[in-house]
Amino acid sequence: MSESLFFFLASLTLLCALMVVISKNPVHSVLFLIITFFTISGHYILLNAQFLAAVNIIVYAGAIMVLFLFVIMFLNMSKESEKEVKTSTLSKIAGTIAGGLLFVVMIAALKDTEIAGYNAETYDSQIGMVESLGVVLFTEYLLPFELASVLFLVAMVGAVMLGKKETGEQHF
Amino acid sequence: MESVDLLYKGIYILVIFGITLLIATYSTYFERKIAAFIQDRVGPNRAGPAGLLQPLADAGKLFFKEDFIPAKSSKALFIIGPGIAMLVATMSSAVIPFGDMLIVGGRELFLQAIEVNIGVLYIFGVVSLGVYGLMIGGWASNNKFSLLGAIRAASQNISYELAMGLSLIAVLMLSGSLSLRDIAEQQAGFNWNIWYQPLGFIIFLVCAFAETNRTPFDLPESEAELIGGYHTEYGSMKLGMYLFAEYINIFVVSAVMATLYFGAYNFPFMAELQVWLTNVTESAVTANNIVTLLGVGVMFLKIFLFIFFFMWVRWTLPRFRYDQLMKLGWQILIPLAILNIILTGGGILLKDYLF
Repeated sequence: MSESLFFFLASLTLLCALMVVISKNPVHSVLFLIITFFTISGHYILLNAQFLAAVNIIVYAGAIMVLFLFVIMFLNMSKESEKEVKTSTLSKIAGTIAGGLLFVVMIAALKDTEIAGYNAETYDSQIGMVESLGVVLFTEYLLPFELASVLFLVAMVGAVMLGKKETGEQHF
Repeated sequence: MESVDLLYKGIYILVIFGITLLIATYSTYFERKIAAFIQDRVGPNRAGPAGLLQPLADAGKLFFKEDFIPAKSSKALFIIGPGIAMLVATMSSAVIPFGDMLIVGGRELFLQAIEVNIGVLYIFGVVSLGVYGLMIGGWASNNKFSLLGAIRAASQNISYELAMGLSLIAVLMLSGSLSLRDIAEQQAGFNWNIWYQPLGFIIFLVCAFAETNRTPFDLPESEAELIGGYHTEYGSMKLGMYLFAEYINIFVVSAVMATLYFGAYNFPFMAELQVWLTNVTESAVTANNIVTLLGVGVMFLKIFLFIFFFMWVRWTLPRFRYDQLMKLGWQILIPLAILNIILTGGGILLKDYLF
């Protein structure tokens, strides 16, 4: 059951991720990216990491992608003046070759890797739950956790600095 | 999971779905009646006794109107938009505990569709998705006013989600659990969270108004400036879906507020009543079932009071200006929510220190 579910989710993820790149319309791309985030959250749930799944939805699908959509909707307002992007045949061929080479290298690299297995007897199925995650974050990884919060604070201060009114500038 | 449990869950989910739709339907009727009462009018009174069939008449009218899709609009997204709004609105009632536990034939039946240990995060995630229906519909209409409405909806929802999340954190600090059932159980009797979190509740309430796009924060559809906002181009049942989703959102957010702050299905002297009933009926099972059913009634009473409050405010307060809305969200509610977190943390530490 969960294996077929995994294959379904994985193929859906790949399909939507491809559609993000292929779609001509940027709004469609963003919507496919949102679906991709949902399918990735589905993978997290299959791995019994419910907290990660919920936070992925809240932060990425719920906040960041709304801002993406927001910005792209603004850009799209001047659709008529926008010219069709033309790609020359030469760059298309070059892109195909480069992409194909990367694909070959990836397959060659991944072919012989051993997937880290797990011991079914010692495996803790509760490892992805909120409680165990909180305990680990506040004991073992306390310093990285606090440093990340400092990083966020710096980013926030930077954003406020960029968005601040300059003297003499008109805002309304 | 046993097939009997699965069957029970399936029936329960269908019943909750039906109740949600029924309440949303009659919310439209009561909105008009309450508006009429506040404005000293009669309100709808033609369809059926006291106008009770008015929602059906409205739905019939919407179904038979021309289903219009504007030229040069993005057709698929134009149709998907109201669908997403409706889907997301009906999703969040899944984790709300509408009652405690019924015992039928020795089987414990919890009156909650799914019990997850991330219930609060689930609600929060679904709420944050609610804006997509509005944004997609507004953009797909290919109309400047629709787009402006959609953009207003997006920025408003993102701004108020922050304050909402911060006010929730204080509740989570008290309860120490993300499961809505745990939070409900901790408020047994009259030990409701509102006594500990009055400031948090007020912040949450204001954010709930903004998240459901209700007056005084209904700027995405403010008809004086934007014709009809994001649903300007919509007609027939697609418009009906948008309006309906708003009422479902009100119901769900009322249920969430009742669960988080007003003790969910708990009512004063609940435990005493159960003991007394056990003595009278000489059966712990019957007593438990009676108290649980009373609890469900109390829960819905609380929800109806909140829905009434939403309507009362709509016909009392004028709409905010957009800069006032942003100022309230970012400069007043978020600092207040952070202050609330600090006060709650201090209170918890002080309680540990003193007792």
